[in-house]
Amino acid sequence: MRRSVFIASLIATGVLSLGGVVARRGSFTASAQEKLASTAEVKIDNFSFGPTAITVSVGTTVTWINRDDIPHTVVSTEKVFKSKVLDTDEKFSYTFTKPGEYPYFCSIHPKMTGKVVVQ
Amino acid sequence: MAGNIKDEILHDHNHDGIDRRGFLKCMAWAGTGAFCVMQGGVLKSYSMSRLAEMNPRDMKGELSFVQISDSHMGFNKPANPDVAATLQAAVDKINALSAPPEFLLHTGDVSHLSKPEEFDSVEQILKSASAKDVFYVPGEHDVLNDDGKQYHERFGKAAQEGGWYSFEKKGVHFVGLVNVMNLKAGGLGTLGHEQLEWLEKDVKHLKSSTPIIVFAHIPLWTVYPEWGWGTEDSAQALSYLKKFGSVTVLNGHIHQTMQKVEGNVTFHTACSTAFPQPKPGEAPSPGPMKVPAEQLRSVLGITDVSYVAGQHALAVVDSTLA
Repeated sequence: MRRSVFIASLIATGVLSLGGVVARRGSFTASAQEKLASTAEVKIDNFSFGPTAITVSVGTTVTWINRDDIPHTVVSTEKVFKSKVLDTDEKFSYTFTKPGEYPYFCSIHPKMTGKVVVQ
Repeated sequence: MAGNIKDEILHDHNHDGIDRRGFLKCMAWAGTGAFCVMQGGVLKSYSMSRLAEMNPRDMKGELSFVQISDSHMGFNKPANPDVAATLQAAVDKINALSAPPEFLLHTGDVSHLSKPEEFDSVEQILKSASAKDVFYVPGEHDVLNDDGKQYHERFGKAAQEGGWYSFEKKGVHFVGLVNVMNLKAGGLGTLGHEQLEWLEKDVKHLKSSTPIIVFAHIPLWTVYPEWGWGTEDSAQALSYLKKFGSVTVLNGHIHQTMQKVEGNVTFHTACSTAFPQPKPGEAPSPGPMKVPAEQLRSVLGITDVSYVAGQHALAVVDSTLA
């Protein structure tokens, strides 16, 4: 008797969890679509970041792409993110999950600076 | 070469329509090396392309060495798709000198991406030079990814932990400085407190008649701050050298020849063996300058430095590869 109750409760938990997953999956799809929309691009060329300052919403993935014929890096001054060295056509992405201001620079050519503002 | 040679902008990288031929004439001249004659404490220099015409006695010294710079091994874009070949051409020119220089100074950006194979290539090519000793200081391209660990293991064995060092050759005191580490956002090159303290101690007890040669990658005077062409704390370094009668500073980084005299200090930057860069402000950015292939070798070069005992200053010569 106890065992069947136990098994039943297991099954019930399983159903509930499944249900929970189904429900979450529904909302997951919606937020995945939101994420697809939240991307931004910064082009690196002629020893500068373009645009120099961008404003994005929380959850946005910013991708830097190096179009210059010289390697550059993308390094946050507060050490929040740091790319490896990007040669021509190489990319670096970072997803901003918290609002705030994120100044960054190229550690090879420190006069190159930029900023991401996350709202 | 008279006649109507049409000026052609082959690669208008900067879309600025600058008369390339006029510009390149200046660059070629700069690449060949400035011919300056100095007396009593003023710099003497001889052009490599004119060495054949010169009185050998004028070229003889108790110490001569060659400065090369910015080989950027690994760079392969249109500005120069074969930097190994142009470095080899620089070595060939060294080997053609009537008297082999005692050693070579490489003022940094040995590699382009700090890769082991890039460092290897440069070492291999320089092995064929008539001068067997090479002294290096790192450029910012040599210390990517690993805080310069690899560079230091290869070229910094005799150096202090930070990579700086000094040595003597025939009574001349050489100081290799590192100003490409810990660069701050918006900043210039930097020497740092520890290195400055070391430098002060290093030169303190030298006689003021000792000729001093300082070599570092980024220029130790402010050439053009907008492009990061300068070192934030170099003034302090130079203050330790005030007492010396002859101070020469050899730098790279800007891929063109420039000279400046400030009191007892003569500053000299060398061409790159890989690719030229624009003059300050003459392009939107300091990137590799594309020149027609046949002109490339005339804007690259090596520096020949001779020290003649009894004279105050060093003779610094730049020559082009052409």
